[in-house]
Amino acid sequence: MIAVRPALRVAEYDAASFRKSWKSALFISVVSPVLFLGAMGLGLGGLVGSGRGTVAGVSYLRFLAPGLLVTTAMQTASAETTYPIMNRLHWSKIYEAMLNTPLRVADLLAGELVWLTARFAVLSLLFHVVAVCFGAGRSAMALLAIPVAVATGLAFATPILAYTATQRNDQGFNALNRFIILPLFLLGGSFFPVTQLPLVLQGIAWATPLTHGVALGRDLYLGTAGVPSSLVHVLVLVLYTVVGVLLARWTMTRRLVV
Amino acid sequence: MPVLDQQPAADSPVPAPIPPGALISARGLTKRFGERLAVDGIDFSVGRGEVFGFLGPNGAGKTTTMRMIGCVSPVTAGQLRVLGMDPATDGPRIRARLGVVPQADTLDTELSVRDNLVIYARYFDIPRREARSRIDELLAFVQLSERVDEPVDALSGGMKRRLTIARGLINDPDIILLDEPTTGLDPQARHLLWDRLYRLKQQGTTLVLTTHYMDEAEQLCDRIVVMDKARIVAEGSPQQLIERWSTREVVELRFVDASGAGDAVDVSRLADIAERVEVLPDRVLLYASDGEAAVAAVHARGLQPASVLVRRSTLEDVFLRLTGRSLVE
Repeated sequence: MIAVRPALRVAEYDAASFRKSWKSALFISVVSPVLFLGAMGLGLGGLVGSGRGTVAGVSYLRFLAPGLLVTTAMQTASAETTYPIMNRLHWSKIYEAMLNTPLRVADLLAGELVWLTARFAVLSLLFHVVAVCFGAGRSAMALLAIPVAVATGLAFATPILAYTATQRNDQGFNALNRFIILPLFLLGGSFFPVTQLPLVLQGIAWATPLTHGVALGRDLYLGTAGVPSSLVHVLVLVLYTVVGVLLARWTMTRRLVV
Repeated sequence: MPVLDQQPAADSPVPAPIPPGALISARGLTKRFGERLAVDGIDFSVGRGEVFGFLGPNGAGKTTTMRMIGCVSPVTAGQLRVLGMDPATDGPRIRARLGVVPQADTLDTELSVRDNLVIYARYFDIPRREARSRIDELLAFVQLSERVDEPVDALSGGMKRRLTIARGLINDPDIILLDEPTTGLDPQARHLLWDRLYRLKQQGTTLVLTTHYMDEAEQLCDRIVVMDKARIVAEGSPQQLIERWSTREVVELRFVDASGAGDAVDVSRLADIAERVEVLPDRVLLYASDGEAAVAAVHARGLQPASVLVRRSTLEDVFLRLTGRSLVE
């Protein structure tokens, strides 16, 4: 069903479209982790734990870094699958042009996912390099947090893409950001352990892919990953992605093939 | 204003057999959007090298028909063959051999003229090197060579349209589908575009276009179907349509009385002068094979119109007769 070559053609478009903004994207991808790890990790972290600066037995910076790594992938996923997709779908009708060629809706979706995967991978790699410079994630195992961040990105990108394909304007994107992405960023486990949350919120947090991605990324960074818990985390990420792909396939077809 | 003596019926109730060598053929082609019937069982076929036009008011079903031919909109019922294949099963293979110029330009306005074409060529799996030489040719053809490195944003409406046409030609298509190619363009841009389309026609390219401009249809099309309310109401060459649905000439009379109203004359006195009489707010139209004779007859009856114009029948007369003068929304 999914042909590789047509998907790559769509990803080529994404790459061409990205060429205009790659410098600023690269800048943000490096500067943002430097700022966050510097300000929150070192600055705020110095006050954490009555000045001892540790959370769960490690320095706040080492606790924070993997959480931010994964959370950044989520935020990028949300940014890349709302306005840019809306533009291709609705404002500029780029997808309409694509569908006048041999490409099919499945190729469009596959192509976007190929591109997003590459985008999340580069982004996470850059973040990881910065984190290592700050002294976090200096084990070989920590490298595995990069694919975890990518998987978390896809677990968000696919359902959001499905949602975007149902929208006629960008009003819903504000709500998405305000009620899902921002609360998850703050409460999903990157800045403090979710055990600090009231039980209800803990339950909600564990129902989202972010908390699983953060937990797994942190386990890999700190060398505390156990097989059963890791499998559960991976399973949740895969599940969200698979359901997201199916939904996106459905909503995009409904939108574009009429 | 009672105009039509009879409601025009579809030209031929029994569909003609598919002509050999037809690139596109439709039998009972139907498209339904929920309750709304957008295309209601139409028959047509397009031969190789033909310029075929769908003419009709907005909402008549032209664009929907084009989208079905373009294999982007699934057929609800009936039969459709494009290049001998079935859009339902061979969509990508058919689309590989079509050139589509959609109503909206669907260009990426942030990318350069060249990048838009390169990217589009890649969707057809055309190698980059080959695409580059083809793009130079096509941009020369649509007279955009100087703009190759500019972002599409900087182009005028007419230039964007020409670029979209160049894009539609990138895969050297067997059929080009143009949906309202000149809507919204100024006269200069329209004429330049017609000139390019005429060249394609001379090269033997098969063109299928929709339009609601009569002059466009008259200038470009070998054969036209007129669509109204989801059905085909007439078919033929522009000349045939005029012969069938109008008279050779039309006399336009203006009668002005003190109030300036058109009903300054008793229309019943004109009824037997022409084959058909149409009363409009500002003038009276006499459809007659010999316009001068009709004018003479008007004068012989002692009627003194303020102005008289004898002109040849146009496709517009046919169109208005078939689809009515009232605004269709």
